[in-house]
Amino acid sequence: MTALRKTTQATHEIELSGQLALLDLSGGLYLPAHDALLVADLHFEKGSSFARRGMMLPPYDTRETLSALSDVVSRFSPRVVIALGDSFHDIGGPDRLGQEERSTLESVQSGRDWVWVTGNHDRILPDSIGGEVLEEVTLGSLTLRHEPAAGEQAEIAGHLHPVGKVVMRGRATRRRCFLTDGKRCVMPALGAYAGGLNACDAAFKPLFPKGFTAHLIGTERIFAIARTMLCRD
Amino acid sequence: MSKASASLLPKTFRDWFKSRGWQPREHQLQLLATAKAGRSVLLVAPTGAGKTLAGFLPSLVELAEREPRRNTVKDKRGVHTLYISPLKALATDIARNLEAPVAEMDLPIRIETRTGDTPSHKRARQIERPPDILLTTPEQLALLLAHREATDFFKDLRRVVLDELHSLVTSKRGDLLSLGLSRLMSLAPQATAVGLSATVREPDDLRRYLVPQREEKADLADLVVVKGGAQPDIRMLELDERLPLAGHTASLSMPAIYDLIRAHKTTLVFVNTRLQAEYTFQELWKLNEDGLAIALHHGSLDVTQRRRVEEAMTAGKLKAVVCTATLDLGIDWGDVDLVVNVGAPKGASRIMQRIGRSNHRMDEPSQAFLVPANRFEILECRAALDAVHEAAQDTPDARIGALDVLCQHILGMACADAFKLEDLYEEVRSAAPYAALTWEDFEACVAFVATGGYALRAYERFAKIVKGNDGLWRVRDGKVAQQYRLNVGTIVESTMIKVRLGKSSRARPGSVLPRGRILGEIEEYFAETLTPGDTFLFAGEVLRFEGIAEDEVLVTRAASGTDPMIPSYEGGKFPLSTFLAARVRAILADPFEWDRLPPQMTEWLLQQRRRSIVPGPRDLLVETFPRGNRFYMTCFPFEGRLAHQTLGMLLTRRLERAKLKPLGFVANDYGIAIYASGDIAARVAREPGFLDELFSEDMLGDDLEDWLAESALMKRTFRQCAVIAGLIERKFPGEKKTGRQVTISTDLVYDVLRKHEPDHVLLRASRADAATGLLDVKRLGMMLERIRGRIIHKPLDRVSPLSVSVMLEIGRERVYSDNADEILAEAEAALLDEALA
Repeated sequence: MTALRKTTQATHEIELSGQLALLDLSGGLYLPAHDALLVADLHFEKGSSFARRGMMLPPYDTRETLSALSDVVSRFSPRVVIALGDSFHDIGGPDRLGQEERSTLESVQSGRDWVWVTGNHDRILPDSIGGEVLEEVTLGSLTLRHEPAAGEQAEIAGHLHPVGKVVMRGRATRRRCFLTDGKRCVMPALGAYAGGLNACDAAFKPLFPKGFTAHLIGTERIFAIARTMLCRD
Repeated sequence: MSKASASLLPKTFRDWFKSRGWQPREHQLQLLATAKAGRSVLLVAPTGAGKTLAGFLPSLVELAEREPRRNTVKDKRGVHTLYISPLKALATDIARNLEAPVAEMDLPIRIETRTGDTPSHKRARQIERPPDILLTTPEQLALLLAHREATDFFKDLRRVVLDELHSLVTSKRGDLLSLGLSRLMSLAPQATAVGLSATVREPDDLRRYLVPQREEKADLADLVVVKGGAQPDIRMLELDERLPLAGHTASLSMPAIYDLIRAHKTTLVFVNTRLQAEYTFQELWKLNEDGLAIALHHGSLDVTQRRRVEEAMTAGKLKAVVCTATLDLGIDWGDVDLVVNVGAPKGASRIMQRIGRSNHRMDEPSQAFLVPANRFEILECRAALDAVHEAAQDTPDARIGALDVLCQHILGMACADAFKLEDLYEEVRSAAPYAALTWEDFEACVAFVATGGYALRAYERFAKIVKGNDGLWRVRDGKVAQQYRLNVGTIVESTMIKVRLGKSSRARPGSVLPRGRILGEIEEYFAETLTPGDTFLFAGEVLRFEGIAEDEVLVTRAASGTDPMIPSYEGGKFPLSTFLAARVRAILADPFEWDRLPPQMTEWLLQQRRRSIVPGPRDLLVETFPRGNRFYMTCFPFEGRLAHQTLGMLLTRRLERAKLKPLGFVANDYGIAIYASGDIAARVAREPGFLDELFSEDMLGDDLEDWLAESALMKRTFRQCAVIAGLIERKFPGEKKTGRQVTISTDLVYDVLRKHEPDHVLLRASRADAATGLLDVKRLGMMLERIRGRIIHKPLDRVSPLSVSVMLEIGRERVYSDNADEILAEAEAALLDEALA
């Protein structure tokens, strides 16, 4: 409970398929019943992946993402951390990980269980990266996977990087968000260079036939925004 | 004909002049003489002085006299004269104009253009067999110089003609061109440059630009000035009716403008923004009972539509054209006998260049009217008229070369050939904008091009340019060169999105299909703020925004009589010049000057004096007053919209910290109005130094830094720098977004870079841009310095005549706020309302 008290500012409670879930400002999701912290789409080493093709993005994205990850992990201090796929931007990512980043990752992992769910960017992960590599995880009524499955599902997934855009009287803001209809939740990407897909995109429609609420990550708290208040890009 | 001209002009040319009934003009002969002497020259002349012919005459003479080209494969003579224009259309136009004398004198000269529209087979042939005269743009020059054949292509170059130089040098395109020029002068040291320019404030800046700068000594090109002919006949359009206190539509003046159009042969109606162009065009047509041929021309219209207007204009078929800055530049439109400038003149030089578009013959006075749209603009028009009368100029200062442009150039040079770092440094510094470039900055740019230039050296193995064992830098492979070619240029802002007229679907009533024609393009960021159902003016009609389909904006025609809901966007692109602003303040401060203003204006100022204060020329008047359940603070720095927006952002941050709960602000060219739920006047009464503290220059320190961290404008600036420098690939307008296309949000890159390397060369380049560009921080700094100790606070119990004008912008202009949480809280509240309903 101490962890909970410490994080009330940064979190936002919702009910997901009958379970309590805490949405965190970092983009992580905490399931108190399982003492499990979920993060999605870390896209480690996206910067170096672009550099290979001549776009020299600042090589600090991995440490930036790690710092956010390490911060949320230390706040919840969960029994298990589950990364919902696309943790690395490409298959060569783990090899390009710098020494410093590697040891930060190790220290974040230590003292708890760690699960890498595979994604389309990182179908294969080397053993050297620590933790367990799985295609899916089941926690009570919920299935955790990278890409949302077809049809009605009690699941938590990533893959789509949802962002919501709000325009109020000519002022616009575009923020990462969690999308949920109470049964399914699509999590935002946590990676520093992971872009976003607008929640109004057609890709979300079949996942939420009865609509959804978007929980937009603001600067200081999370805001629940109705689907009708969201705009296209 | 004088003896001097006889010796300079060959007989063929003298006969040609005679056959046309012309005399070679003095400055044309002067340019021939400087060319003979092998010197570069700046020609400053008003429109209609035969500037272009003067610029080309030396080349035509030389080419006419040179040994004819042998038509064999062995004759690899390079290009002789290169002409650079800011506009593709201008290059094509000039090529056409040159063909006439060349054909009439039967000269053996091959003239070709090279623009973005030139097909690839023609480009290849031009490299293979260079024309004698090539007309092109700064971007095409950069591409040519990055070509492996550049050395051969330019080795015989004798002359570079830079047209509309005054307009080129004020932007990053000018920086790019200066670097191109420095390379040209290395490849062809025998070449000289000719700059053609309208009148400018500091001709020496342009003279420096034309010749290589050497250590410690500013070299200057020669200067030839053609004095303007008759004084322009320019007046302010005065109406009996009272002008509104705010707004830019000048609706009251439309009947008078229409009458002027009817009374003249051909009229150019200049306006400041696309929106004003749309509005004016529509209003004039409402009045157009005579069915006069009045056309519309602005940069966002579809190209074919623009070409049609231009052709009709050249053919003399139009009675008037309503246009924006796109027609500012020197294409010859034939017999324009009246220029009408609607709205604020913004700058003295700018208005003179516009006026110069009428009567393309020097000896007749230009006819022009300035049409103020609101009372403040009366002041601005008065100040501009005085400036025109004194021929005072306020063209901007010479630029300091941008580092992002330098990065692009360095990569281009590596594509052309291997280079030695020191040599390239010397060459770059011979370009006037880069004359003061430090070795450290140069090295930082090279490091950026190679690997991104980060302190964390993670990308060595991916380097784009590498230093070989011979000490020379080379591009890594052909792929890098191809990447360079796709990203060349400095114009980024135009992320335009096409506007397509939709058709209602028969199968599904209520839905709209993208079946209609393309109407033109609008800025992507404007489209982003529209929500379905919004109506706005475009292409002369009121359109209803239906949504964005793929990469097009889908619209339908709004029912007739609909008023556009989106009243304005991005106001004027050009802020009021510092020079005119000072004049406006001076007129305002001096009651003797008021006599020269229209009576309605004088009356308004007298009211202001009675009810509040009319500030002195260097003072800043701050008024506070309650209204409704809010407290207002207005001030009038007269520093232009951009500086005022930045000021408003910073002031609201500070008011927030002072717990005065600011709610928002609006800004125009003259002042700003901030509204808060805290009582600002009460605080000033309690703390006498409060306002001095609020407006102190240290807001440009931490407050500015904090704001820059999240400012959307700063992120836009960074994006432009990132694209120009080649950090990320350019997104092409209209390019389909495919799933495979990899894009990266520069906003995310900005956040990460700012945190880890705040002094990175790209951030420095962005800050330099912010100082003069979208945030106008430099001007704000000058203002804060000027008003130090000169703030006059006037607490009022209601709004003053002066303040009303800014207050009226509320609801008309965007309310600024970068506070995402505020916007989200409002949207969340809407959800609650829905739930409770």
